[in-house]
Amino acid sequence: MSAELFRTCPESGLQFHKPAERLMKAHAVASIVFLLIGGVGALLVTLTRWPAVHLLPADRFYQLLTMHGVDMLIFWLITFEIAVLYFCSSTLLKCRLATPKIAWLGFALMMIGMVVNNLAVMNGDASVMMTSYVPMPANPNFYLGLILFAVGALIGCFVFLGTLVIAKEEKTYEGSIPLVTFGALTACIIAVFTIASGAIILIPTYLWSIGYINHIDPAMYRLIWWALGHSSQQINVAAHVAVWYAIAAIVFGARPLSEKVSRTAFFLYIAFLQLASAHHLLVDPGLSSEWKIFNTSYAMYLAVLASMVHGLTVPGSIEVAQRAKGLTNGLFEWLRKAPWSNPIFSGMFISLVGFGFIGGISGVIMGTEQINIIIHNTIYVPGHFHATVVIGTTLAFMSLTYFLIPTLFRKQVMFPGLVKWQPYLFGFGMAVFTLAMMGAGTLGVERRHWDMAFTDSMLGFDYPASAYTFMGIVGISGTAAVIGGAIFVLVTVLSVFFGKPVDSESAWGFTTSRVLRAEPIVVPEGGHAAAGKWGFAAPGTFLLAIFFLVIFVIYYVINWKYLASVWPIS
Amino acid sequence: MNDQSSQDEIVRIPIMQRMLDNPFLLLFIGVVFPAVFYIIWGIMEIVTIPIAN
Repeated sequence: MSAELFRTCPESGLQFHKPAERLMKAHAVASIVFLLIGGVGALLVTLTRWPAVHLLPADRFYQLLTMHGVDMLIFWLITFEIAVLYFCSSTLLKCRLATPKIAWLGFALMMIGMVVNNLAVMNGDASVMMTSYVPMPANPNFYLGLILFAVGALIGCFVFLGTLVIAKEEKTYEGSIPLVTFGALTACIIAVFTIASGAIILIPTYLWSIGYINHIDPAMYRLIWWALGHSSQQINVAAHVAVWYAIAAIVFGARPLSEKVSRTAFFLYIAFLQLASAHHLLVDPGLSSEWKIFNTSYAMYLAVLASMVHGLTVPGSIEVAQRAKGLTNGLFEWLRKAPWSNPIFSGMFISLVGFGFIGGISGVIMGTEQINIIIHNTIYVPGHFHATVVIGTTLAFMSLTYFLIPTLFRKQVMFPGLVKWQPYLFGFGMAVFTLAMMGAGTLGVERRHWDMAFTDSMLGFDYPASAYTFMGIVGISGTAAVIGGAIFVLVTVLSVFFGKPVDSESAWGFTTSRVLRAEPIVVPEGGHAAAGKWGFAAPGTFLLAIFFLVIFVIYYVINWKYLASVWPIS
Repeated sequence: MNDQSSQDEIVRIPIMQRMLDNPFLLLFIGVVFPAVFYIIWGIMEIVTIPIAN
């Protein structure tokens, strides 16, 4: 192991393998580029679905919606996740990255794939949405771009697995891999299944688009495509939960309440999370109720259980760390005196709450076969996944980026005053956006439709006036969130390319360059429960969890009541 | 004596922890579970739909 191949960050103590560091930087920068392109699409799509504005003509709307979906849900997130995989393996395990040259090949394939796919969409003959359901044809380059990207990402996954093997062989860590790396391993495993499923369906679809195959069965396509389409969002879930644990350690020096419980929760993700793909097919006639109910209402609940475990243990570990530092008054002093002006923490905490309360609860509603019918294929669905993938994943990645700019890129974060507010603008903007979408969806407003009014249609539909109000709120809050996203992109790009080096005189403003280590940083005297109350190690978190469960039960019951009113029995 | 105690340490690692420490076993589980319960079961249901006359 050559010492000059490694760099130790003086602030954080993190050790970077230089070839891995260059790959992380390349993936992070590329992902931000596609976040920017997808973000422009987000603004234009939002302004079109806002009935009072209705900006784009129909053809442009579907073109931009396709670009927005693929760039955000596939390209931005998975590219950033490959950077996270390299960070969690090479950096956290203090190990050289396996086969950097092959990793660069993977990056090149991803880049080519992203460009080829985007050019196909911009050309105007691939406005087929991210799902690209057959028999609706797209330009062959649309599928080819996705296939190239998937192969590149798969290479990244195996480079990550290879790095784990090297770390074990070279004994760069003792015992089990750190929990954050285990979370990244979970994301990697889900990614392998996801990408393999994508290859199984997209390669024949590509051959169909160039005329080598006559027919692709639409039911079969939907089944296998959703193993790609929904599981790719499960990669995000596993990755952002790992980021939550990392940020709890970075900002608070928190150690997990129980490594065993957290690892078991990640294991539940590995075994069951991908099965939730089935909720997209709950009204498909070719599949039995047994298949639907097993995959959603049974298996998916085990994954939901895992998310609730993480949702309890991450804030719980923060509470224990805060109480160990003396913030023991009442139930919530630890939370009141948390560093709310630090975007690394505030972004992560809004991500956690938004993912759980909005994305998690609505996900269970959508995964229940009976009540799913109320909102199936309405704008409730994008409301749900914007809560999970945008508030949950994107905001968590933004928070991590504010940590990586000084540690990985060695640059100060510019405009710290603006950055302080960015997670609030983005997170609360998206929270209102998703809730308004869910309100509109519950009233029947359809997803992916250019004109909710069905102007000039032979079969119109009279929505209640509140549906239009909800869509107006979607427009306003969506625009606010886009401004929050634009601030992130602006700050990130300017800091990385034009920012002052970290070791120059000007301080970079944040107080979070705590050492990120695999071993515990804050160990409460007398154990976890010593600083708690009433026999609970984290009583404030416990109360928040009870509040969450009450909201969960009330909303679940309301949906069953609503279903009963939709289908009256007389 | 030291060798004996280190062997005891290895033996005492719980089976669940050994499983969670094996990334390739986890990869196998993470691919096979959804492949069987979601994809293969789903394909079997679709291919057994009678063809319309």
